[in-house]
Amino acid sequence: MPLTPVLTKRWGEPESWTLSTYERTEGYQGLRKALQMEPDAVIALVKDAGLRGRGGAGFPTGMKWGFIPQGTEGQAAKPHYVVVNADEGEPGTCKDFPLMMADPHSLIEGIVIAAYAVRCHHAFVYVRGEMVHARRRLDAAVAEARGAGYLGSNILGTGFDLEITLHSGAGAYICGEETALLDSLEGFRGQPRLRPPFPATHGLYAAPTVINNVETIATVPFILLGGAEWFTSMGTEKSPGPKIFCLSGHVARPGQYEVPLGTTLRELLDIAGGLREGSELKFWTPGGSSTPFLTAEHLDAPLDFEGMVAAGSLLGTAALMIFDQNTCIVRAALRFNEFYAHESCGKCTPCREGTYWMTQILQRLESGSGTAEDIDTLLDTCDNIFGRAFCALGDGATSPIVSSIEYFRDEYVEHYERGCCPFATDLTLAAAR
Amino acid sequence: MPLTEQTRVQAREIIARYPQARSALLPMLHLVQSEEGYVTSEGVALCAEELGLTKAEVGAVATFYTMYKRRPTGDYLVSVCTNTLCGVLGGDEIFATLSEHLGVGHNETSEDGTVTLEHAECLAACDFAPVLTVNYELYDNQTVESAVDVVRRLQTGELPLPTRGAPLCTFREIERLLAGFADPRPDAVAGGTTGEPTLAGLRLAEERGESAPAYPTTSAGGQ
Repeated sequence: MPLTPVLTKRWGEPESWTLSTYERTEGYQGLRKALQMEPDAVIALVKDAGLRGRGGAGFPTGMKWGFIPQGTEGQAAKPHYVVVNADEGEPGTCKDFPLMMADPHSLIEGIVIAAYAVRCHHAFVYVRGEMVHARRRLDAAVAEARGAGYLGSNILGTGFDLEITLHSGAGAYICGEETALLDSLEGFRGQPRLRPPFPATHGLYAAPTVINNVETIATVPFILLGGAEWFTSMGTEKSPGPKIFCLSGHVARPGQYEVPLGTTLRELLDIAGGLREGSELKFWTPGGSSTPFLTAEHLDAPLDFEGMVAAGSLLGTAALMIFDQNTCIVRAALRFNEFYAHESCGKCTPCREGTYWMTQILQRLESGSGTAEDIDTLLDTCDNIFGRAFCALGDGATSPIVSSIEYFRDEYVEHYERGCCPFATDLTLAAAR
Repeated sequence: MPLTEQTRVQAREIIARYPQARSALLPMLHLVQSEEGYVTSEGVALCAEELGLTKAEVGAVATFYTMYKRRPTGDYLVSVCTNTLCGVLGGDEIFATLSEHLGVGHNETSEDGTVTLEHAECLAACDFAPVLTVNYELYDNQTVESAVDVVRRLQTGELPLPTRGAPLCTFREIERLLAGFADPRPDAVAGGTTGEPTLAGLRLAEERGESAPAYPTTSAGGQ
């Protein structure tokens, strides 16, 4: 499987974030093309390309755009909004941040195209608060784009108007969930909303709203340039296109690798130089900590939306965290669970209470003072969280626990049989926290 | 430092960016921190008055988000990622060592008032693990030694350059950026390197002579 840099291809250019570099490397050509098309034809093109959301859920992007009611009656008469989810925070995921730093104009160009397609005149980018350098580059890029007539009123003389407002968050993983993001953008605590109604009809300010991930939107200009057939010539039938995979952990060359969807981890590791010297693969996540752990037996499963479900996990954000034989599985599950407990917004009881109590149980197990019953309690608690919360955070919290027990139950048992962690070092978790 | 009329003027500037005023609350709280160093009760009152909310409504939002600080913050906020991957690769040791070096725990400020330490959740820099940030600028691929060196230099006022990010400014200054007032320093936007991991796949593709298929020569794009 060859490497297919598309979104990443400008990243090595000198001052890649500037408008002059962008324009020199086919920048804003996709927009020029889009503006000569009917908006519905742009939506149809993105549908034909089969682009699926890169933020984790893999929902077809063109279909999402097509759900926006058009016309002059009812909801359709309200302003339409495009909101970009740049609140990257799923553990292991580190693609949108470098994308916004290295190539912010590709995101802006994608936004203008998306806004034109769904007939929106005010778009928002919700940037994770901590990403100050991305914010800086976006601030500069928006100013440059406006100066060059790619933003503002009468864009490129077509009569189309669009403003982009950049909006920094304030440190809350839950705001990566699209309806929590909307609440946060409206100035509330970031808590998920009940659906339906969906954001397509009742999103920001209860108006029709498209919410897309950074990578999704940044892919759109390339689809305009290459066309649907070109895009679907990469990847699989149901998961077409190139995708940025974030490789991290006990590997020789961690980093961003853009390959067609459907590539396997074995192929990717072969390309990237494998694991660190002395490391053997113990477990890995295909798409961040919210996707169930996999093991060496899944090295040949295709990394696409269908392939990962068949393997018992999810593609998520394509965040490949690789852990070797010296990583304690209970410590890993505990730490991820502490993350979910900290980030649970508190709205739904199963998630809020479940993650709290599972932290207590996992701490006990990790220190060696747990019991066999604790493992059953964990599984029972996960069973009571999964599917019983407004959003996917609760479901995600169960992934590390259920999958680690499925593949490494013996290691949990070893902890309480020995009365200590078999990987124990001087540094206990308590000291670190 | 009391909030001034200028703070109110800037708050109204933020409000004007949004179709509905309340959307300005998050950036306004960043603005408060840029003046006060944390979310003071005076700052909460200002937001409430400008937006027509109660102080309880503003407080409920301010206490929800990790980046809004409830106590005075040092000039330099040091955040160490201790999520699983960074933790396993050395982040736990880095946090423990810095905590000992500074004599403070999570969310506490050194006696001289310069450095506030916190452990952070995943900072979206896993390919550079373990990482820490100072005022949210990235210091990649840290070791215990390099992290202690960064903090020592912060304490002496000799500001180490981040690997990916602009030259350091103070916590209050970075909060202005978050409130939506662009970084005024001419060298800020271009600051830092791209970093080898970011370019790993691209460089490898170049070495191997691989690329995505070329665009079709006939007009694509459904025109």
